[in-house]
Amino acid sequence: MPESKRIEIQVLRYRPEQEDVPVWQSYYVPFTDDMSVLQGLQHIKDDIDGTLSFRWSCRMAICGSCGMMVNGIPKLSCQTFLRDLLPGPVRVEALSHFPIERDLVVSVEPFVKKLESVKPYIIPKKPRSLDQGEYLQTPEQLEQFEQFSSCINCMLCYAACPQFGLTPDFIGPGVLALAHRYNADSRDGGQAERMEIMSTEEGVWDCSAVGYCSEVCPKHVDPANAVNQNKVNSAKDYFLRFLSPKGASK
Amino acid sequence: MNARAGVRRPYVRSMQGWWRRDPFFMAYMAREMTAFAVAIYAVVLAVGVMRLAQGEAAWNGWLAALRSPGSILLHLVLLVSFAVHAKSWFEIMPKTMPMMFVGGRRVEASTITRTGWIATLVVSVLMFALTWWWKK
Repeated sequence: MPESKRIEIQVLRYRPEQEDVPVWQSYYVPFTDDMSVLQGLQHIKDDIDGTLSFRWSCRMAICGSCGMMVNGIPKLSCQTFLRDLLPGPVRVEALSHFPIERDLVVSVEPFVKKLESVKPYIIPKKPRSLDQGEYLQTPEQLEQFEQFSSCINCMLCYAACPQFGLTPDFIGPGVLALAHRYNADSRDGGQAERMEIMSTEEGVWDCSAVGYCSEVCPKHVDPANAVNQNKVNSAKDYFLRFLSPKGASK
Repeated sequence: MNARAGVRRPYVRSMQGWWRRDPFFMAYMAREMTAFAVAIYAVVLAVGVMRLAQGEAAWNGWLAALRSPGSILLHLVLLVSFAVHAKSWFEIMPKTMPMMFVGGRRVEASTITRTGWIATLVVSVLMFALTWWWKK
């Protein structure tokens, strides 16, 4: 076995029972070329300091649990490799713009509440029985929502969104992308319900098109596009109600 | 036992100086700032129209003011700002539009951006040629 390489990992620690403000702590971790940042943290927890807290689950960029700031950039730590960060030190911090619960663990309740509020599931236009068979969609209808359905709720886009940091009530890129994923689905009839939330100030209109959300998304969802398409939809709703009597009432 | 153990005290980090944290945010702020350059140039042109309505002397005064070193410097700054404006806004444009389909295929974001840049270039060259020809 070759001589083991070492890299310094600096972690922003916050233990509410111990510290009033977060502090940086350094660890020296032996690593191999195939080791991710997450594996580095797991080494720290298993062999150096068992008090370190962080979330993780699948280790293959699909569960969305292990998002954190790596050298200041929102990343899935399982998908970010130590070999690409040589010679170090690697600075690891809880996802930006979220309150820190402990170490690398952030508060997610407001995000989950927002996600629930937009009803992220298909609301059929009218009930459909099994004997009516499956829904059919053209490739173009599929393309309208397919990329947005890749969201894994990792919240990296929130850590990339200064508008969310400045206005924590902003529904934010990820949830708006998922709302759009259903609005844009030809099988869905729930757009009017979702637009009530999406058309508010805290909905699409808090977005100022920074666009970094789409850059950091590990699943190429392009939330900025979903949000901005719905500025168009929201504006259409607003102006068309003057033309259509149906649009003015619920 | 520590009296604070088990008590939740979520820590909220400050947003102060957020736009200096990432080159992407600085580019975003630069893009937004160029909107002021557009506003300033709109005022310069509006003043020109106003002076034109006030008669020949006023109009010639405005033209002379445009030739002053301060004005030339301002115009150079505005020109650079307009270039950044055109470049950065067309970069973000594909994200702000509904999906476009041509012949059943989605138009790539890079195609939309490049079309915007080419249109800007063509219109700019045409305007330049037109004023050049007019001056002669």
